[in-house]
Amino acid sequence: MDPIIEARGLTKRYGDVAALDGLDLVAESGCLTALLGPNGAGKTTFVSAVATLLRPDEGDLRVAGIDAFSHPKEIRKVIGLAGQYASVEPAMTGTENLVLVARLFGADRREAEVAAASILDRLGLTDAGDRLVRTYSGGMRRRLDLGASLVGRPRLLLLDEPTTGLDPRSRSELWDAIRSLVADGTDVLMTTQYLEEADQLAKHVVIVDHGRVIASGTPESLKSQVGKDVVEVRPGDPSDISVVVEVLASVGVEEPRVDPDTHRVSVPVEVGAEELTRVVLELTRRQVHFDDIGLRRPTLDEVFLGLTGKPIDPDGTEA
Amino acid sequence: MSRSIDPVADADASATSGRPPIARGAGFSTTATCSARRTILQFFRTPQVLVMGTVQGAMFLVMFRYVFGGAIRTGGELSYVNFLVPGFLTTIVLWTGMSAASGVAEDAATGVHDRLRSLPIPRVAVVVGRALADTGLTTWGLFVTGILSFLIGFRPAGSVVHVAAGFVLIIVAGFAFSWVFILIGLVGGNAQAAQGLSMLVIPFSFISSANVPVQSMPGWLQPFAANQPVSVVINAVRSLMQGGPARVGIGHTTAYWVAAALIWCAVLVVVFAPLCARRFARTH
Repeated sequence: MDPIIEARGLTKRYGDVAALDGLDLVAESGCLTALLGPNGAGKTTFVSAVATLLRPDEGDLRVAGIDAFSHPKEIRKVIGLAGQYASVEPAMTGTENLVLVARLFGADRREAEVAAASILDRLGLTDAGDRLVRTYSGGMRRRLDLGASLVGRPRLLLLDEPTTGLDPRSRSELWDAIRSLVADGTDVLMTTQYLEEADQLAKHVVIVDHGRVIASGTPESLKSQVGKDVVEVRPGDPSDISVVVEVLASVGVEEPRVDPDTHRVSVPVEVGAEELTRVVLELTRRQVHFDDIGLRRPTLDEVFLGLTGKPIDPDGTEA
Repeated sequence: MSRSIDPVADADASATSGRPPIARGAGFSTTATCSARRTILQFFRTPQVLVMGTVQGAMFLVMFRYVFGGAIRTGGELSYVNFLVPGFLTTIVLWTGMSAASGVAEDAATGVHDRLRSLPIPRVAVVVGRALADTGLTTWGLFVTGILSFLIGFRPAGSVVHVAAGFVLIIVAGFAFSWVFILIGLVGGNAQAAQGLSMLVIPFSFISSANVPVQSMPGWLQPFAANQPVSVVINAVRSLMQGGPARVGIGHTTAYWVAAALIWCAVLVVVFAPLCARRFARTH
């Protein structure tokens, strides 16, 4: 099957800043591809290009096999876009919002109503369907917005930071909704700043920085390539930090890092669970008390550090 | 029937079976209607907007009539309330436009425009729908303020047909001016900026023949006050409603003013509608 998105050398400049700087990306059909990167990395610019909202200065872009520059209108028939804001209308009900978008996709009134009801059901919003959206919680609005991008039954769904600003429960509800879509065969391109989100949902992760792809692959391969699991310990008594560092250094693949504010000591390890067990046994043997110990995923910060050797550019706008 | 009419079954089936999506894309009139309907619902279902938009105008009308009315001489044969109302009704166009500008900017800033621009629809129809909705909102304002005008003593001297023509002319002007405000909203970027930009229309409202005769202004201000488009429309409306230019205290004929007003409206549409369409539809 053709890839759902094929981008070659996409470049988009705003003055001196290159939002996209020769970006190459191939997203296969039949899965969720996550675009991971800090603010200003070019994620939204790329989604906007795929959604035919902007036209790159250079490069080639094919979506569902259609050339984006010569046939943008054809692409609009096969995509659904949910942007960074829930752009549903607060003064209309959930049902009215979905019917409106379905009508714009070309459904007649009856088709639109049936499609709206089915989407509300699927997203667990049936009971709220007749309420004005301004009475919805933030999570409900995001789900409805996702629904609005689905009523046209897109082949490719574009989600730009879908869970930013949501509480953990709303986030996991939205994740479930996205998972079930992917299971049903909808291709998804999602941007995110959260490594955990990409790890949870994506089969294919593309890490971007400064408008370029700096790494890509399955979450597993990326992690083994750059960000290994991290063992983290917080000793009960800060004077034990040196002992903890010594123990972690014996299991880690790098020098342990100490956070002087939180007294947390962390180190990337090769085989997470086994090394954690060794650390627990060793610390117990040396009678070091700890408040907290655990194995966690590397943060995006750590992945970046591993890939680029420098932390994420704090303002993220330098080209 | 070749095409499926069961979107529920289809919604799940199409995704897995690779059947084409339902998206054919709406036509021009459906798109314009959907866009207009959204704006109208937004107005009538947002109490702050509905009350502000409706009561504010009424309040100003009552204040002008009773606070300034005693001090202002109209220059023609008209009492102040009969002078004021046609001008005041015309400026509703500007007040409606100002909220349109911030509404459009809000839609741009909150991703509504991005969603619409990603859909398989004629983009131009979205702005046409917005202009039609704003024309409808002007008509609503005219209806409410018109009734109030009669209650506070407005008695037009013109025939029913002429008075009705005056109202229609204001609605036409509402359509024409809405394009100016939509452009302000599209360019403004966010609601505050658009609101700020559209404050520029306040001079058009006050340095006009709306509330006082132009002859009462200093000489250097009169050429602008007398010839700017809002004044031209007001002169036409006032002449229609009050039985001719002579009684209103201006020159020319009613037909002259109506023609001039319509030409101004046509110019605004011809200049600003394509600018709005281009701005909204552009793929930057």
